[in-house]
Amino acid sequence: MLRKLALGTALGALAAGGALAQDIDVKLGVLNDRSGVYADIAGEGSVVATRMAVEDFKAAEKGLNVEVISADHQNKPDVGSNIARQWYDQDGVNAIVDVPTSSVALAVAQITADKNGVFLASGPGSTELTREQCKPTTIHWTYDTAALANGTGKAVTEAGGKKWFFLTADYAFGHSLEENTSNVVKESGGEVVGSVDVPFPATDFSSFLLQAQSSGADVIGLANAGGDTINAIKQASEFGITQAGQKLAGLLIFINDIHALGAQTAQGLQMTSAFYWDTDDETRDWSARFEEQMNKKPSMVHAGVYSAVMHYLGAVEATGGTDGDQIAAWMKENPYEDALMGQVQVRGDGRAVHDMYLFEVKTPDESEGEWDLLKKVSTIPGDQAFLPMLDECDFTKE
Amino acid sequence: MFELLGIPPQALLGQLLLGLINGSFYAVLSLGLAVIFGLLNIINFAHGALYMMGAFVAWMLLNYAGIGYWPALILAPLIVGVFGIVLERLMLSRLYHLDHLYGLLLTFGLALIIQGLFRNYYGISGLPYRIPDALSGGYNLGFMFLPKYRGWVVVASLVVCFGTWFMIEKTRLGAYLRAATENPVLVGAFGVNVPLMIMLTYGFGVALAGFAGVLAAPIYSVNPNMGADLIIVVFAVVVIGGMGSIMGAILTGYFLGLIEGLTRVFYPEGSAVVIFVIMAIVLLFKPEGLFGRAA
Repeated sequence: MLRKLALGTALGALAAGGALAQDIDVKLGVLNDRSGVYADIAGEGSVVATRMAVEDFKAAEKGLNVEVISADHQNKPDVGSNIARQWYDQDGVNAIVDVPTSSVALAVAQITADKNGVFLASGPGSTELTREQCKPTTIHWTYDTAALANGTGKAVTEAGGKKWFFLTADYAFGHSLEENTSNVVKESGGEVVGSVDVPFPATDFSSFLLQAQSSGADVIGLANAGGDTINAIKQASEFGITQAGQKLAGLLIFINDIHALGAQTAQGLQMTSAFYWDTDDETRDWSARFEEQMNKKPSMVHAGVYSAVMHYLGAVEATGGTDGDQIAAWMKENPYEDALMGQVQVRGDGRAVHDMYLFEVKTPDESEGEWDLLKKVSTIPGDQAFLPMLDECDFTKE
Repeated sequence: MFELLGIPPQALLGQLLLGLINGSFYAVLSLGLAVIFGLLNIINFAHGALYMMGAFVAWMLLNYAGIGYWPALILAPLIVGVFGIVLERLMLSRLYHLDHLYGLLLTFGLALIIQGLFRNYYGISGLPYRIPDALSGGYNLGFMFLPKYRGWVVVASLVVCFGTWFMIEKTRLGAYLRAATENPVLVGAFGVNVPLMIMLTYGFGVALAGFAGVLAAPIYSVNPNMGADLIIVVFAVVVIGGMGSIMGAILTGYFLGLIEGLTRVFYPEGSAVVIFVIMAIVLLFKPEGLFGRAA
C-alpha cells in the first residue's frame, strides 16, 4: 500500500513536471434540490460555493485535481439514493455535499457509509443524522433542528413568550422541529397550549392562524419551512395577529425567506442562523463573490458547504488520499476555522460544533438595502447550541 | 352561547368567512377552466402557470415600470390574455380536431416550461408584493378580524364570476359562442368569424387566471410554484361542478372553499384531501358532476 502510494506520488510528481508533491483526483458530488422548494437555499448556489472552496483552497497548486459535479434529488429519497449509488459505484465520486431534505440525507448517509465515501451535510436539519442514524462518515456541518430550537425557542421563551402554539408541517421534519422546540420551551419555563398539524405544502394559513389566535398563546411557533413559513408570516401580519400582540417564532428561516417577505412584513421576527453575509469584511467579500455568480446573497447552507469542503480538502491534502474513514477521522481530529463559520470542531459523532447566532429582522427604517435584513441579537455558543453527543455515536474512540 | 362540537360559534363564523375567501380563488380559476373547456374542448393544464404569470406580471409592472396594483389589476390579465392568444394561435389551434388528451399534454408541457423559466430567473423563494394602501388594515367584525383586502377579494371575484356567467348565458355574444361550439360550420356560414371568437375566448379564460393571480399576489407568496400547487384542486372543483358548466364551476368553487374551511376546524390534517374525497363521491354517484348535464 505504502509502496503503491509512493509510486503514485512519484508518477504524479513526474507528470506534473516535478513541481508537485502529490497528485490526487478528488470528485465532489453536490446533491440537492435544484428545482423545488429548497432550490434557493441550496441548489446551484451550493455548487458555486463548492467551486469557490476548491479555488480558495488552491487545490490545483497543491496537487489535487478536484472535479465538481451536481444533480437534483427532487427532495425524493429514492431519487437521491439512486444518484448517490451511481456516483459512488460508477462515477468515482469521493464525497457527497449538501443534501437538504432530511429524508434524502438519511438515505445518503447510509449509502456513503457503505461505500466508504464522506457525506458533508449542510442542508439537512434532522438531528437523527448524528444520533439515531449516526454514521462514521457523516459530517453534519451547518445546523440542526436542536440548534434552531435552542436558538429561537429559548430566546423567545426567556424574553417572556411563555405560552406556545405550534403550526406544524405535517411530516417528519415538522414534527421533529416541534418536538425539539417544545422541549426547549418547557425547560425554559414555558408551556405548550396547543398545536395544529397543517398539511404540507399549504398556501392558506388563515384558519390555522385564527385557531392559534383564539388559543390565547403568547407565541405562535412555525414548525415548517420555505414557502409555508413565508405564507404563514405574510398572513399573520395581514390578519393583524402580530399587531394584536401575539409573536411569531419562525423556527427554520433562511435569509432568502426574509428577502421574499420583505422587511415590512417580517420585521421583528427572530431567527437562528449559523451565518449572515453582513457580519464583517470577510463575509461581505465572500458573499459579494458569491453574488456575482448567483445574483443573490448566500444562505447559511451555502456558507456551510464552502467551509465543509475547505475542511474536507484539507483532510485530503493531509492524509494524501480519499479514503472515507480516514478523511472523516482527520476532520474530527483537527479543528477548522474560517470567517464564515468561525471556529469549528467536528465531534466524534460527526456533528460540527460552532457558534450559532440569534438574529432579528430589521424594520424597514433600519434596512438600507434589499438584502440588509438582519441584526444580531446574541451568540449561542456551540456547546449550548447542539445536543450532547450520544456515547454509541462517538466514532473516534476505539 | 351554544357550541358546536366544541367550537365556539364566533370561531365557526370566522372559519366560514375564510372558506368563502378561498372559495373566491377556486371560483375564478375554475370558471376560466370551465369556459375554456366548455367552449374550446381544451383541458387547459397551463391554467395554474398562467395564474402564476398574472402574479408575476403584477410584480414586474410594479418593480420594472412603477405601475401599482390598480392598473395592474387590468393590465396584467390583458398581458396574460395576449400571451394566451399567442399560445392558442401558434399551438392549440392545431389540436382542435384531435382527442382531448393532446391538448392536455400540450398545455401540461407548456406549464412545466413556463414554471421552469420563471424558476430559473426568479428562484423559488418568491417575491414580496405589498397590499395596496387603500386596502391595508381591516375591520373588527366581533367574531374575527377581517382584513380589507380579503373582503375585496370576495367582492371582486363575485363581480367577475357573475359578470362572466351573465355574458355567456344571457347576451347575444354569449349565444354566438355557445352556438359556435355546438356547430362551428353552421355559425361560420352565418358570417360569424368562429376562429376569432374561439381565440378571444381562450384569451379571456386565460385572462381570468391572470386576474386571480393579481388578486393572490399580495396575500400569497409570488413564486413560480404557486399555480402548480393550486391547479390540481381547481381541476377537482371543475370535475365536481361538472365539466364545462359555467354556473357549476362558480358555485362549486365557493361551496368547496366553505367545506375546506370547516375541515380545517374539525380535522385540519384532512383539509388537503377533503376536496378529493368529495370528488370521488360525486364521480361515484353523479359522474357528470353536480351541475353537469349527462353527455
